Amino acid sequence: MVKEVPDAAVEKRIDPSTGRMDRSGEKNLNPFDTHAIEAAMQIKEGGAVPVEEVVAVTMGPDSAVRALHKAVSLGADRSVHLSDESLAGSDVAATGYALAKTLERESPDLVLLGQQSDDGECYTIGAVVAEHLKMPSLTQVIQIDVDDGKLRCERQAEYGYDTVAVELPAVISVGDAINEPRYPSLKAIMGAKKKPLDALGASDAGIDAARVGADGSMVACGDFTDPPQKEAGQIIEDEDTAETVEKVVAWLEERKLI
Amino acid sequence: MSDILVYVLHYEGELNKNSLGAVSEGARLAAELGGEAHAIVVGDGDDLTEDLAATLGNYGATKVFRAQAPEGLAQPVIDAMAKVMQDNGHTYALFGGGLLGFEVGAGLAARLGAGVTMEVTEVSVEDGKLVAARPILQDSKISKSHYKDKGVIIGRLNAFETKESGGGPATVEDVEVELSEQATKATMVQRGEQRGEEIDIEGADILVAGGRGLGKAEGFELCEQLAQAMGGAVAATRAVVDAGWYPYSTQIGQTGKTVAPKLYLAAGISGAIQHKVGMQNSENIVAINKDSNAPIFEFSDLGIVGDLNKILPKLTEAVKAKKGG
Ligand SMILES: Cc1cc2nc3c(=O)[nH]c(=O)nc-3n(C[C@H](O)[C@H](O)[C@H](O)COP(=O)(O)OP(=O)(O)OC[C@H]3O[C@@H](n4cnc5c(N)ncnc54)[C@H](O)[C@@H]3O)c2cc1C
Ligand SMILES: Nc1ncnc2c1ncn2[C@@H]1O[C@H](COP(=O)(O)O)[C@@H](O)[C@H]1O
Repeated sequence: MVKEVPDAAVEKRIDPSTGRMDRSGEKNLNPFDTHAIEAAMQIKEGGAVPVEEVVAVTMGPDSAVRALHKAVSLGADRSVHLSDESLAGSDVAATGYALAKTLERESPDLVLLGQQSDDGECYTIGAVVAEHLKMPSLTQVIQIDVDDGKLRCERQAEYGYDTVAVELPAVISVGDAINEPRYPSLKAIMGAKKKPLDALGASDAGIDAARVGADGSMVACGDFTDPPQKEAGQIIEDEDTAETVEKVVAWLEERKLI
Repeated sequence: MSDILVYVLHYEGELNKNSLGAVSEGARLAAELGGEAHAIVVGDGDDLTEDLAATLGNYGATKVFRAQAPEGLAQPVIDAMAKVMQDNGHTYALFGGGLLGFEVGAGLAARLGAGVTMEVTEVSVEDGKLVAARPILQDSKISKSHYKDKGVIIGRLNAFETKESGGGPATVEDVEVELSEQATKATMVQRGEQRGEEIDIEGADILVAGGRGLGKAEGFELCEQLAQAMGGAVAATRAVVDAGWYPYSTQIGQTGKTVAPKLYLAAGISGAIQHKVGMQNSENIVAINKDSNAPIFEFSDLGIVGDLNKILPKLTEAVKAKKGG
């Protein structure tokens, strides 16, 4: 699963008229999702289990096609784009439900996703999708080994590193430490638009319209307020390092830290 | 009347501190709602004794459900909580900060058809219902969640204060859970492995913390030299711990330690929320980062925009000179 997110360099804001995140402006494939694609490619190329195909799936507006093009340029064989007016304003649970319905059509053996989307800060879609698909699930995984048709996954949790054996089919979200994503070749970038892309509406995916969108969501978010502002800190632009260091030392001394 | 069910994580016979905070918070909210706060513990070890579970009464739980199921994985807990909530009619589920809570909470919301909010920093009661506030957009705005029916609230690390209510031991009720098929398909092979040596960062007054900006494991030498000159310890972000550059015991943040030293100096750290929650109460925060847009500058007292490779060695020298002279 891949998602289009605002480019990290673009300031994120809420559209005051709709109360939703303004998702216009420069966008890109969520950086964490490139690790998910790479993990899929490594399993496919590793040969420990036969992999028929790698499919990139996204839910999002028309522009999200670009995230799919990026995903196939990184190696996915084809892509699926779920897009429908009725999905706008879906909360996490509704988004996870809609994605699960879309994934169901593909009967995947493994669903990989990123550990977090750059804009949503919720890292929970995987758990929702797994619940609907009735598959075992683990998030934040930084190492996957395929062993006898099962996955052996490692991740850091509250008390240190856990190793968990997971049977397939499964839903796994991956952290950025899992691999170093490859760069797409120029040829792959040029060829991306030629790879098959399935465009689906909500009804094509068998999504119950009553369970998605702002109306179908079980939580309503709003009343946006500003957090109490911490007084802005002092900023030093390092031009002459000797001078910078002098200032830093003076600052520390003033506070009796040295 | 609405009751709240609070998930309490435990490990090797000890209850998780953030979970205790969630029980205290649940008790406070339940009192306002005119309901009760109950807790649930799930595990399969001998350490999950009735006495341990009953101590949750001291934080305001009036009843504790105890379920025998595999530990450290989310789906068995989802099965247990869904059953307890359905059988007893709880309206809300509450979690302290941590990783498992996110997985359990989200899956539980999907199972129950509930609304879910994560990274919650404040919960209030409005018109007899819970309303959860969470910071969004790198903490630049606060959004409020209103639930249409059932609600699952997952707190941010350290968001809820632990308070002893003087309630005394709670009644413990054992519940039988039938595991869902998916819950039987994942098994813990090894839990809580400590990677790298044990280093105490919680006791240090001065912490020099390094992140991915150090470029490689050896980059930590720059932090170590400065820490030594200042008389402090070295800490790290998850990115570098996962990469194997530095020991897990030095990690600050959501799945690491929470610290509040007199001085926290970050080098090559972006300032992700999951790191921030573990150090934001430091008395003085200094950050060195070459990107002037790095989020860490939003909560630093002193920000230095520049290359740590140039600044750290000179700073170490200058500190040594001051101390020596
Ligand atoms: C559920 C969950 C739990 C998590 N728990 C934790 C946790 O407990 N602790 C934690 O830390 N993270 C945690 N994370 C990860 C967190 O989201 C970030 O990914 C992580 O903190 C980033 O680490 P970093 O700042 O070292 O790396 P990056 O975000 O990659 O930042 C590196 C920074 O270094 C700067 N830089 C690069 N080169 C230089 C140079 N030469 N000079 C100066 N600056 C330079 C860059 O500008 C950049 O800002 C968690 C994430 C999730 C989803
Ligand atoms: N609209 C979406 N379409 C496809 N995948 C998504 C979508 N939203 C989230 N994801 C996936 O879920 C991961 C975690 O996102 P989140 O739970 O929003 O932090 C992302 O890295 C994506 O892989």
